Amino acid sequence: MTQAQPIYSQPDATGHFGQFGGRFMPEALVAPLDELARAWTEAKADPAFTAELDRMLREYANVPSPLYEAHRFSEAAGARILLKREDLNHTGAHKIRNVIGQALLAKRIGKPRAIAETGAGQHGVASATACAYLDLECTVYMGEVDTERQALNVARMKMLGAEVVSVTSGSRTLKDAINEALRDWVASVDTTSYLFGTAAGPHPFPSMVRDLTRGIGDEARRQVLELDGRLPDAAVACVGGGSNAIGLFTAFIDDADVRLVGIEAGGDGVASGRHAATITGGDVGVLHGARSFLLQDEDGQTLDSHSISAGLDYPGVGPEHSFLADTGRASYVPATDAEAMSAFDLLCKTEGIIPAIESAHALAGALDLAKELGPDATILVNLSGRGDKDVHTAAEYFGLIDEPVVLEQGVEE
Amino acid sequence: MTSASPASPVDELFERTRSQGRAALVGYLPAGFPTKETSIRAIEAMVEGGVDLVEIGLPYSDPVMDGPVIQAAAEQALAAGSRTTDVFDVVRATAATGVPTVVMTYWNPVERYGVERFAADLAGAGGSGLITPDLIPDEAGPWIEASGTHDLDRIFLVAPSSTDERLAMTVDAASGFVYATAVMGVTGAREQTSSLGEELVARVRAVSDKPVGVGLGVSNGAQAHEIAAYADAVIVGSALVRCLLDAPDETAGIEAVRALARDLRAGVERN
Repeated sequence: MTQAQPIYSQPDATGHFGQFGGRFMPEALVAPLDELARAWTEAKADPAFTAELDRMLREYANVPSPLYEAHRFSEAAGARILLKREDLNHTGAHKIRNVIGQALLAKRIGKPRAIAETGAGQHGVASATACAYLDLECTVYMGEVDTERQALNVARMKMLGAEVVSVTSGSRTLKDAINEALRDWVASVDTTSYLFGTAAGPHPFPSMVRDLTRGIGDEARRQVLELDGRLPDAAVACVGGGSNAIGLFTAFIDDADVRLVGIEAGGDGVASGRHAATITGGDVGVLHGARSFLLQDEDGQTLDSHSISAGLDYPGVGPEHSFLADTGRASYVPATDAEAMSAFDLLCKTEGIIPAIESAHALAGALDLAKELGPDATILVNLSGRGDKDVHTAAEYFGLIDEPVVLEQGVEE
Repeated sequence: MTSASPASPVDELFERTRSQGRAALVGYLPAGFPTKETSIRAIEAMVEGGVDLVEIGLPYSDPVMDGPVIQAAAEQALAAGSRTTDVFDVVRATAATGVPTVVMTYWNPVERYGVERFAADLAGAGGSGLITPDLIPDEAGPWIEASGTHDLDRIFLVAPSSTDERLAMTVDAASGFVYATAVMGVTGAREQTSSLGEELVARVRAVSDKPVGVGLGVSNGAQAHEIAAYADAVIVGSALVRCLLDAPDETAGIEAVRALARDLRAGVERN
């Protein structure tokens, strides 16, 4: 791919990335979505808004995050690995970039209340944080299963002043939390903004969340160029809904020589049927307002996903990733629970960094890619979140505690 | 868009009820809840009770427009093994009662089945059209084409939040009737009907003479009567589903459906 490519400009005015994306939503939400799209277009063109957002990210969220050359991990991997340290952001993940932006937009359009969905709890914590910071009332929807296994993050959200609603319908996990948040929104849209947690959902959420997380890639691109005077050979990120990955990829889409690789949650292996590898193991369909790849049965009913990482445990994926996969610009490969945990262990032992299990999937993908590209290659990996929240899961996985897991959280990519 | 299609069974129904000076009664029940056979018997009872048009729900795993009652029914139907093809069996049995029959479905099951194939099978089973709560005309190109080919009505939703421009566009794309969601919120019986309904119907009337059905929240004859004063159809769902959900046994549930349908029918006929 050496010939000049047209400059990437997705989605179109109606939120379509090729055949993907769009707006498959109740008519009641179309006008509010239009209003949101308009407000976001205006806000991002308003220097006062962007200056305020930049200031908040810098002073409050600890952005830009550093780029770190992981020497000992690189040695073990057999290629040079650079880590984008999103785990050092306030609240411990890339999520804060998205949420601060959406909460600031809510203030701008005069909505005093915010709702959010969360699976692993990390987007809920980021939302509760941003709402406390910006004085918004906050309600977070969380599947009952997740509230039970992630009690610590429920407590964090409550400390931060949010109301946490336990969702008992459906599979009682993230997808049902999204359904419930949408139901709330239909009834409360005059006063309420929906802080969507990932680059999925109906237009304008996929492109708005991308705009808010693209700082990851923009910063990393600049940082790699300063360090090396050249671009990396590959950029790697984990993909659940896909917000940290799209944030990283966007800066490199027009750089045809930079390979973009998304790592999906392979669970017990895609062939086992117990996984969350939506692009690798799913089909095209419509879920939560957009056409994209999703895990579904032959009647179009959504299938349950599975991953050791609660944050990747989502049966859908953002539509732009489906587009990038379909056009071949990015590739998506699964890493199993076991591969992710092996990479998790390696980063802990070689670098003294405990990653989120989500991010460990990206590390596992980088280890595979290192074998393929060899010692001269530079691989940029988005370390999307820190692993404090995953300590119990990991400890149990590695047999370091006798008690059953009571706390387990994720970044909810 | 196709034009000059023959009058559909839904069109004929509204011609008749308008000439009788009353609103039509539309009743919703999901296919396959609690079982396929019982859902058919419940729908037959609903028709015997006086429902003019039947709306059959296709159970879906992620029904974002529905409240807890209809969602619980959908979950039970799916857990009992209800499949897309079962819906056509229920449509066939319902259409045999002589009332116009439409399916209400979220979009993914249709897309997965194949839009053209779904339209063909629905028409083949005697169905008259489709209500699509998460498919707006903006995204409905393939459905508009397939429904035209098979003379099926496409019943789109309008909401109190719809702008004038969207309202006009949606009404223009609709056929059979326009489904006006009278409250901002999900399905479920409410103690008081909303004043938003009357206003919304007036807005539709300003741009079209297509029949307007009002739904979301109606649970008894008195509420049905109130809405019948300004709408062409009163749509009742959750309250009927609840009859089956809350009943001690299936026979009692079916009787409760019949009784509620009678009450609702009396409501729409009262002057």
